[in-house]
Amino acid sequence: MFESLTEKFSDVFRKMSGRGRITEQNVRDSMRDVRTALLEADVNFKVVTQFCEDVTQKAVGAEVIKSLHPGQLMVKIVQDELTALMGPVDSRIYYVSPPPTIILMAGLQGAGKTTTCGKLAKLLVKQGKHPVVVACDLQRPAAVEQLAIVAEQVGIPSFRVEGSGNPVSVARKSIAWAGKNERDVVIIDTAGRLHIDEEMMRQVQDISSSVNPHQIYLVVDAMTGQDAVNSAREFNERLELDGVILTKFDSDARGGAALSVKAVTGKPIKFIGVGEKLSDLEEFHPDRMAGRILGMGDIVSLVEKAQGEFDAEQAAAMQEKMAKGKFTLTDFLGQMKQMQKLGSMKQILKMIPGMGGQLDAMQMDGDEMRHMEAIILSMTPSEREDPGVIEASRRRRIAKGAGQESQDVSGLIKSFTQAAGMMKQMAGMGTRDRMKMAQNMGQMGMAGGFPGKVKQRSKRLTAKQRANRKKKKRRR
Amino acid sequence: MAFLKKTIEKLSAGLSRTRQMFIGSLKSLLSGRKLDEKLLDDLEEMLIQADMGVASAMKIRGDLQQAFTDKRIEAGDQAIDFLKEEIKRYWPESDRSVHFASAGPTVILVAGINGCGKTTSVAKLAWRFKTEGKKVCLAAADTFRAAAVQQLTIWAERIGVDIISGSGSDPGAVVFDACDAAVARKADILLVDTAGRLHTQDNLMRELTKIRDVVSRKIPGAPHEVLLVLDATTGQNAINQARVFSEAIDVTGIFLAKLDGTAKGGIVVAIRNEVDLPVKFIGIGETYEDVEPFDPEQFVEALFA
Repeated sequence: MFESLTEKFSDVFRKMSGRGRITEQNVRDSMRDVRTALLEADVNFKVVTQFCEDVTQKAVGAEVIKSLHPGQLMVKIVQDELTALMGPVDSRIYYVSPPPTIILMAGLQGAGKTTTCGKLAKLLVKQGKHPVVVACDLQRPAAVEQLAIVAEQVGIPSFRVEGSGNPVSVARKSIAWAGKNERDVVIIDTAGRLHIDEEMMRQVQDISSSVNPHQIYLVVDAMTGQDAVNSAREFNERLELDGVILTKFDSDARGGAALSVKAVTGKPIKFIGVGEKLSDLEEFHPDRMAGRILGMGDIVSLVEKAQGEFDAEQAAAMQEKMAKGKFTLTDFLGQMKQMQKLGSMKQILKMIPGMGGQLDAMQMDGDEMRHMEAIILSMTPSEREDPGVIEASRRRRIAKGAGQESQDVSGLIKSFTQAAGMMKQMAGMGTRDRMKMAQNMGQMGMAGGFPGKVKQRSKRLTAKQRANRKKKKRRR
Repeated sequence: MAFLKKTIEKLSAGLSRTRQMFIGSLKSLLSGRKLDEKLLDDLEEMLIQADMGVASAMKIRGDLQQAFTDKRIEAGDQAIDFLKEEIKRYWPESDRSVHFASAGPTVILVAGINGCGKTTSVAKLAWRFKTEGKKVCLAAADTFRAAAVQQLTIWAERIGVDIISGSGSDPGAVVFDACDAAVARKADILLVDTAGRLHTQDNLMRELTKIRDVVSRKIPGAPHEVLLVLDATTGQNAINQARVFSEAIDVTGIFLAKLDGTAKGGIVVAIRNEVDLPVKFIGIGETYEDVEPFDPEQFVEALFA
């Protein structure tokens, strides 16, 4: 019932690409589905209307109609437009000299300002800065304490004025304090406020004009609905924002607010919050986001995530094995274990191109992994090295050991063999072919094959490789 | 019925801006026009902009069209009244009341995602029940977020109700003690504040189920109400929230928070359609007095008035 936007798009374009040549009417029809998908993703109605109009114009004007691959061209147009709408992005923070650089955070209640202050501070510390967070949320009970705890977790000081009820003076004092204590960045946390609360909006303006922040960020909940445009517009008018930080992106919210906010403020989305940990703040990548929305997956994020979790050396060894076709069930099991560190299977699959739509078909229950593990563990080491030796009697033994049926064992071996074969093939392919292949694999519904596939991805898109590939393309 | 008036005032004040936009355009939109495709498109747009979602907007649009076909309405002007009636019917009287325990403490479990306004909403409910003359106990089971316990403690002091908080990090243990304390102190109401969690975090959702199970083991029949706090600005994702939270802890109703902004909270219509959850309370401000029982009449009037 509630397909994600990704699935929806995959669907629209699967239908289209099956049609061969398409007419102008086809384009308009497919845009109707795109429109619904965007609306269901909480993109503001007016933004959606404008977007669909732009895309239709471009698509009709371009050679979509004459193209032999209208679906592909259409995907490209939609993706480009989405990317253009959400970008360009600039995640750099401009530091001033002499320090301190002053950053002001503002937003509605519950958007995640205080947590984001901590996350941003952590990011700055990583960049070698010495931030201080300033507690100017004197509204919400215990907000000051919360910020202090968060700061402690990051390992930086927090500035507070005991018993003060005046955020303007706290902000002002904090700047002097930062100068004396050699803090080069000041992050000011403010109280959550409604954009129609005149008094509170004036207060945040006062804070702003008293310290003249170098950067003002609006913190927006990624789950916000149609109203995102109203609050973002008002904050932007009052504060002249420099950027937006979207929070709670680790939910299954489709994040249409990203488009809406960008469309009404014109200000770049700087970062996205993707988890409860203080390290869970990422740069925003409109191309990835558009790709994700379009069902082309978010491979790059997955790879980055995987790189964070995987032992690089081990991964390199694994890649070599795969390329040589020497990938065994033991490796497969090891991978599966590492994969589990990445998060739930569903989350991972969502990041793989073309897999979004197949999620339901695959019926992943949480036990799947454990069953596969049990089967592999019930094999002898030599069987794991060479599953070819497993005949009926061994199969029965393994099934018994694993508490599974015989056919489960053969199913696993079959998909493993297929996956291993494909990996070998893919090692020598270009991106496009791989993408296609991954999609085919997905459509085959090979539940057993995916851990290998995901692993494969971590191989193929290191930053260097990507750069190389781009260069090659340009040369062509 | 003084609070009724107050609510309308507050809701109206909060909604005034949007309403001007919404209604100003609605009136000019509808008067003297025939009910045609274009008009239906415009109405659909308005419903969608109120976060009702595409599916619900289409459903209401269909009903409107049907009414027109059946000659129950004839011109555009009547469409507003029709829509009002139509939307009001989503929340019958029966499922808006709070279910109290026949004996012993009534336990109300409050849950929701991060930043939706749980702790403030718990404070509001505490104040409300206290003014009704009930003895209220709070359980600070948000052991995760920094300073959440302090936040609730400050509220408890301001309102003047008991609070039970543990020193550890196990919310189950806090709830366990809170149930004992509520019974021992002969509390009428035990309000359990839980940590905000995204519904996509399976482990945290299981933790929530566990908290609920602790409550029902300690006090038979509890929790008597399970309220999901929803931020009125939330878009379509609220449906997923409602669904997943319902699966985990059998939500009995929604506390619609932050309705004093320009967001219209139309998502509760979609939730009624998709997950069949009633709305029980609304939050309309930052102080603990800013809470009212949900009244579909007012909700709809505030939207269309």
